Amino acid sequence: MHELSVTQSLLKIALDHAEKANAQRITDLHIVMGELSSMVDDSIQFYWELIARDTIAEKAALHFRRVPAELQCMTCFHKYHPTDQELVCPQCGGVGAKIIAGEEFALESIDVE
Amino acid sequence: MPTNIPIVENILNANDRLAEENRARIDAAGVFSINILASPGAGKTSLIEQTLPLLKGKLRVAAIDGDIATSIDADRAAAAGAGAAIQINTGGDCHLDAVMLRGALEQLDLTQFDLLIVENVGNLVCPANFKLGTHKTVLVASVPEGDDKPYKYPGTYRGVDALVINKIDLLPYVNFRMDYFQQGVQVLNPGVTTFPLSCRTGEGLDAWVEWLIANSRKA
Ligand SMILES: Nc1nc2c(ncn2[C@@H]2O[C@H](COP(=O)(O)OP(=O)(O)OP(=O)(O)O)[C@@H](O)[C@H]2O)c(=O)[nH]1
Ligand SMILES: [Mg+2]
Ligand SMILES: [Zn+2]
Repeated sequence: MHELSVTQSLLKIALDHAEKANAQRITDLHIVMGELSSMVDDSIQFYWELIARDTIAEKAALHFRRVPAELQCMTCFHKYHPTDQELVCPQCGGVGAKIIAGEEFALESIDVE
Repeated sequence: MPTNIPIVENILNANDRLAEENRARIDAAGVFSINILASPGAGKTSLIEQTLPLLKGKLRVAAIDGDIATSIDADRAAAAGAGAAIQINTGGDCHLDAVMLRGALEQLDLTQFDLLIVENVGNLVCPANFKLGTHKTVLVASVPEGDDKPYKYPGTYRGVDALVINKIDLLPYVNFRMDYFQQGVQVLNPGVTTFPLSCRTGEGLDAWVEWLIANSRKA
């Protein structure tokens, strides 16, 4: 899977921001991860332990904030959570929806000392 | 005491920036480019093979093929008449990314071509997350995969610019409810251009080829 390259980007973003802040150590990373982002937090954690070694982020803990998927019907504007079986609007049966949440995959903040 | 530094940076930003550079390079050469996504065996390479002879004398085509290993697909594209065919081996990665495409573009004289076809690694999940910088993303679905794929891979179906439904010659043999499939597609991607076709019989290829030609003339 592609979590290795993703974890490398994550480390780079964190280190860049810590350096700008003259931090000695990164203690925590706060990551937001949407249900539809198709990222696997366990494998990010796995690669993290390998690649953060010998950096100021070595001991940092990864925190994942999960965001459920949310669709909005473009016919009646009802918002709903899609399921494997049903994507059509549960209120009006409309097709044609916009994904309004669930695709996030971002580093929200880091804690440094 | 730790201090919190707000960041809010998309983790795939680095890739997206490189994708923009790739796009600038492709645009500068006046080439129309597509990124073909599909699950393994949906018929990406077959589609390229069937398309190339129909474009002969109309468009000059370069093909870039992504696979975890082997150069089978680039060899097939070259044999079918691609003016250049470059294989990218990802060495285990499940998708192409903008860095890999940049490496392949460096091996091509883009000014010699009208159309660039990039075949992504067979995978319905990961390639959708990594922009390459191509103009349009084309998803190849195929009848034997089943009609529930839009429901299971919403992120992929909603991000594409055109949808090929391949292997329609198998419709009589497979329980594939076209209306159920299309309903899922329409929820996620209303009005997306769709090309039902068969690489086996050639049915439906004309409309697809027309679309490629029309877009390449505009580029
Ligand atoms: N019946 C039928 N078979 C097809 C059609 N198109 C492709 N195939 C067969 O499907 C199989 C896979 O086709 P490929 O073109 O290699 O698929 P691909 O998506 O490039 O596969 P990967 O690159 O390995 O992911 C081959 O055996 C093709 O002959 C079609 O329209 N009808
Ligand atoms: Mg192939
Ligand atoms: Zn509705």
